[in-house]
Amino acid sequence: MGFTVFIILIPLVMFLLLSFGSKWLRPRAAGVIGTLGMTIPALLSYYTAYRYFLADAYVWPVWGPINTFSMEWLRFSDNLSIEMGVMLDSISIMMLVVVTTVSLMVHIYSLGYMKGERGFQRYYALLSLFSFSMLGLVVATNIFQMYIFWELVGASSYLLIGFYYTRPEAVAASKKAFIVTRFADLGFLIGILILSYYTGTFDFNKIMDVEADLAVTTMAGSSFLGLSAATWAMALIFMGAAGKSAMFPLHIWLPDAMEGPTPVSALIHAATMVVAGVYLIARMFPVYLFAAPDVLTLITYVGLFTALFAALIAITQTDIKRVLAFSTISQIAYMMVALGVSGYGGDFGEGYTYSMFHLFTHAFFKALLFLGAGAVIHTIHSNEMEVMGGLRKYMPITHITFLIACLSISGIPPFSGFFSKDGILSAALRYEPFVFGVLLFTAGLTAFYMFRLYFRIFWGVDRQYEKPPHEAPKSMTIPLIVLAVLTCVTGFIPFSFYVSPDIRPYEVYIHWPVALSSIVVGGIGIFIAMWFYRKASDRPAHLAAKLSGFWKAAYHRFYIDDVWMFITKKIIFRGISGPVAWFDRHVVDGTMNVLGTGTLKTSEAIKGSQTGRVQTYAVVFVLSVMVITVLVLVL
Amino acid sequence: MVTMEHYLIVSSIMFFVGVYGFITRKNLLAVLISIELILNSVEINFCVFNRFLYPEHMEGMFFSLFGIAISAAETAVAIAIIINVYRIANNIDVRHIDKMKY
Repeated sequence: MGFTVFIILIPLVMFLLLSFGSKWLRPRAAGVIGTLGMTIPALLSYYTAYRYFLADAYVWPVWGPINTFSMEWLRFSDNLSIEMGVMLDSISIMMLVVVTTVSLMVHIYSLGYMKGERGFQRYYALLSLFSFSMLGLVVATNIFQMYIFWELVGASSYLLIGFYYTRPEAVAASKKAFIVTRFADLGFLIGILILSYYTGTFDFNKIMDVEADLAVTTMAGSSFLGLSAATWAMALIFMGAAGKSAMFPLHIWLPDAMEGPTPVSALIHAATMVVAGVYLIARMFPVYLFAAPDVLTLITYVGLFTALFAALIAITQTDIKRVLAFSTISQIAYMMVALGVSGYGGDFGEGYTYSMFHLFTHAFFKALLFLGAGAVIHTIHSNEMEVMGGLRKYMPITHITFLIACLSISGIPPFSGFFSKDGILSAALRYEPFVFGVLLFTAGLTAFYMFRLYFRIFWGVDRQYEKPPHEAPKSMTIPLIVLAVLTCVTGFIPFSFYVSPDIRPYEVYIHWPVALSSIVVGGIGIFIAMWFYRKASDRPAHLAAKLSGFWKAAYHRFYIDDVWMFITKKIIFRGISGPVAWFDRHVVDGTMNVLGTGTLKTSEAIKGSQTGRVQTYAVVFVLSVMVITVLVLVL
Repeated sequence: MVTMEHYLIVSSIMFFVGVYGFITRKNLLAVLISIELILNSVEINFCVFNRFLYPEHMEGMFFSLFGIAISAAETAVAIAIIINVYRIANNIDVRHIDKMKY
């Protein structure tokens, strides 16, 4: 299946074409070219999925990896080189489908949403760059290729968050996103280096060769601070994943990243890039499980805390995109927990399978939520809930699709979120009831805040708008409808048949006790939200007043940003960097300055001894020769 | 009988007269002439050592011929320089020719 390399190359060509041709292309043409350029990789991905899962299935019953393309990119030594290639296995094909589908939808949607914006061509060029990087990331054959594309998605995310570069908030947000993820990537890089030092390879297949007893078990011997090298490497790699996937405490960049255009939030900060961390952990899952099980426990609890924490914040936010951002953090944390609680082989791999399943379904319904929110913002020209209400009459299509997405994320059957969430919950129950309980509670919170959002936008106060809101144009509603259809049907894919940690299919059933409890909890959340927000009332204000301390803390995102600012500004900048800078400026520079000025002063003082008169020199010369002669003769 | 020492005494006197002239004369031309004295004293030495110590060889003689040619060329260049100096500075007093220093 050599054609798969074109899935990655076409967006790259589009990027080059659109960025260099932006002078000659009219905005509309650039948009259409970009969209058509994205259609081909999407179709190729569907065809790849069809070939791999259905038509060929020659690897059945084992979904083994196939390298369809590989070239040597950089050779360090005889046995260490970096390859660039395309590796197909069930999760990379799943990601190809997700990325190309959502990207295509966003391309189409942006034709309407970004119409008339300055820098329309640049926008499409950057979307193509992002698609290229993300696709390169998911098909990486080795961890270093993944790292390279990992940084590329970070860079394109930076460029797209800062798309409205004339707005200071957007610039600040893009810098924040870049710096925070870059900081996490430092851990990732160190982790890669440790891992490759001990295993002598970057290749995923070689690192994870289960039959060869995992190359990394050789690392078990060496240890540092009481933890084995494998644990350190995998924990550092998780740090990179946590930065990209916005896990606590590195989540601070994602809410701010909402300063970018809404379709970008849908594509990058909801559906694709932020799940790269989950994908990375899933990619290296056997290594985590066999060489560093402690790190999996860490992942479970970090994810669990983040899920609850972000859901609590989401309840209090009033900016609709912020609510969705915290919801994204919470849902990604769900996936992380699912990976953390997963085992290996047969039913025990349920957590892994459903983590990937949730990634798959979440990508569609969260992109749908963002695009729906974008449609609302497009017509209201504001992100604040306060100025919205009663929009169901004006925007029927957006309303229905948004409702479908909300039901899906709340875990109501038969929408896709129900199936994936149910699997995660039952995997958590198998692991530990406490984890299950927290996740279930979070599911209730999720239903509550999503329907709070829904009711406040589409129901609530019947506002009189100065300019009546209108339904979004066709280019925007079509992606909404497509994604809504996907949200309805993707839940029925028998995921355990295709994706499992030991790449062997297995059967799962819906665990009705778990499923019923999640439906009930979700339903309770929805009803509470309905009771509060269906009609304009003072009930929410009452409750907020009662819980004012908590409400304020959650509204200010539990002051985590301030903690980070305190750490960076007060401790690092003022406590460490300041004195170091003083030392540099005064002691190091001072020494050099004294040397320099000293030389200058001395030369000023003695330069008169060089008269410039030839005869003085001659006298000195002759006298010196005479003295030397006398000395030589005498001594 | 004129011995080697007589020649060497003459050439030494010439040499130190030249050095003295080089140091004390103010006129650039006089300085140049002093240099010629120094050169010529050295060439006498070449010839003398050749004649008295190694009469079967001719290197010293040729070397002094060579030196004469060099000094002629050098004088030509030096005079050209002096003329230019005169054009710029309007005198050729060696004490005033210290502009190049700074």
